[in-house]
Amino acid sequence: MATAAQQAAARGPVIELAGVHKWYGQFHVLRDINLSVATGERIVICGPSGSGKSTMIRCINRLEEHQKGRITVQGIELTNDLKQIDAIRREVGMVFQQFNLFPHLTVMENLTLAPIWVRKMPKKDAEAIAMKYLQRVRIPEQANKYPGQLSGGQQQRVAIARALCMNPKVMLFDEPTSALDPEMIKEVLDVMIELAKDGMTMLCVTHEMGFARTVANRVIFMDKGEIVEQNVPEEFFNHPKSERTKLFLSQILHN
Amino acid sequence: MTMEEATTPQVERPPASVTGPWGWARANLFSTPWNTFLTLVSAAVLVWAVPPALDWLIFNAVWGHVKPEVCKQADGACWAFIAEKYRLILFGRYPFKEQWRPVLAVCLLIAMIVFSCNRRFWRVWLGAVWMAGLAVFGTLMWGGVLGLSPVETNLWGGLPLTLILAVVGVVVAFPLSIALALGRRSRMPIVRSFSVAYIELIRGVPLISLLFMASFMLPLFLPTGMKINALLRAQVAIIMFTAAYLAEVVRGGLQAIPKGQYEAAQALGLGYMQMMWKIILPQAIRAVIPPIVNTFIGMFKDTSLVAIVSLTDLLLATKQAISDPNWRAFFVEGYVFIAFIYFIFCFSMSKYSQHLEKTLRAGARR
Repeated sequence: MATAAQQAAARGPVIELAGVHKWYGQFHVLRDINLSVATGERIVICGPSGSGKSTMIRCINRLEEHQKGRITVQGIELTNDLKQIDAIRREVGMVFQQFNLFPHLTVMENLTLAPIWVRKMPKKDAEAIAMKYLQRVRIPEQANKYPGQLSGGQQQRVAIARALCMNPKVMLFDEPTSALDPEMIKEVLDVMIELAKDGMTMLCVTHEMGFARTVANRVIFMDKGEIVEQNVPEEFFNHPKSERTKLFLSQILHN
Repeated sequence: MTMEEATTPQVERPPASVTGPWGWARANLFSTPWNTFLTLVSAAVLVWAVPPALDWLIFNAVWGHVKPEVCKQADGACWAFIAEKYRLILFGRYPFKEQWRPVLAVCLLIAMIVFSCNRRFWRVWLGAVWMAGLAVFGTLMWGGVLGLSPVETNLWGGLPLTLILAVVGVVVAFPLSIALALGRRSRMPIVRSFSVAYIELIRGVPLISLLFMASFMLPLFLPTGMKINALLRAQVAIIMFTAAYLAEVVRGGLQAIPKGQYEAAQALGLGYMQMMWKIILPQAIRAVIPPIVNTFIGMFKDTSLVAIVSLTDLLLATKQAISDPNWRAFFVEGYVFIAFIYFIFCFSMSKYSQHLEKTLRAGARR
């Protein structure tokens, strides 16, 4: 284990954001973001709505463009070069709040599409991998259904499996449980916890503080486009330093 | 569940008053006073209109090869006119002895259309099949090879002309319209401006004026001695016109696709073409099948406008058949006959569109 960690450290961080700024028109959404994510790290990002947390992780795979600063993923810098962007997107999986499954394709087709067309994998291999991940998210029997026939929790698990089929080095989660009915949140979180146990590097925007406590190595609090505070979960929750963090925690933990 | 319950199922059936033909009639025809009134009015209209129409069309009509004088004695339609002139109507001035060629060509075209309706065949090779099919169509019609006597396009006419204008119109205009719709939504300003200008300009003028321009003005600008085939010019005008209309329909479909679909495709690393081809367009086009087919049906009938630039399509061929002084009195029969032909094609398109909607919806229930 130690050697693996050393190797990881020697390779440098998986993701590095240095002095990243972003504006929507005049509105300054991200202010001087500096963040370094090591291999195997599990980071939970929280903060009030409009704080820029989703925007930040969406910058990592270029769904949003940053206007100042540097973002590197696996040593590849994000520029306007489409080849670099595609190279990064192949290594970074993403799970969305609204699942965003492709409704005209079956679950199996949703899972095999990118491996076949982006990784140029033979269909048989792609289907074998897809089946493996469907088993991991515990819905192999749904392979030939269409997304519209599944519950929200099942759809989100398919979305996670779809991202995993590309064998990503990092997984980004953008409020993965926010659009779910309460009774379905656990089944999705369980899958994410398992993924974390397997050593996946994860960045997760979520308000599930229980998840943050059990899984995260680091919790980041953002407000008004800045990273206000970051710490290991225990310290973060028990001894928050900034007033803004205290206020936020009191609000969400009381609700 | 016990054995008893399993072997003697107690199925309670609805009372007879709500099932069967009486139940149906009560629910659908006489459910309210207003509904009853409408039912009676409709029935009266049918009784008033249908028997005379059938008398004229069938029972009092004159069938078979007879002289026009016989027809003038009868009360009903003179189908003898069609029996006399159907070859002129269907094939125009195409050399009489060679008319087996347009018959084959039309059969080939219809066979290819029917073949292409099957979704299992929607593969890349279908494009090649169409290339080959259209080449065979051209060879049959033009001749000049394989011992077939050459027939210039100005002698083509009737159904094959109408069909080829419509089919090539669809086959070329559809991909063009997709390109235009994507162009109009492009981030590249030049591509976008060109698409907007093209769509607005072409959509803003009547098809007739495009046909006139293609037929009479274009030759003025060409160097002397250079000629472009009249059929080709009309075909290009139809394609340009249809593409502009379809582009807006396709754009409507594109607008119905949520942003998340683009983001999910991008996040998986799909390139622009892959994203459009595999994710966005299948959903967008599915959403606008009814207006697309609507445009196709409109275009199919608009091919009759080529008559004004002297192409002998189904309509102009019929006019020429009517111009025979012996049969001039029977123009209604001529128009009813081609209306029937147009109807068969348009109704088939409409039915196919409904079938397609149904099967595609069964695939992707939201």
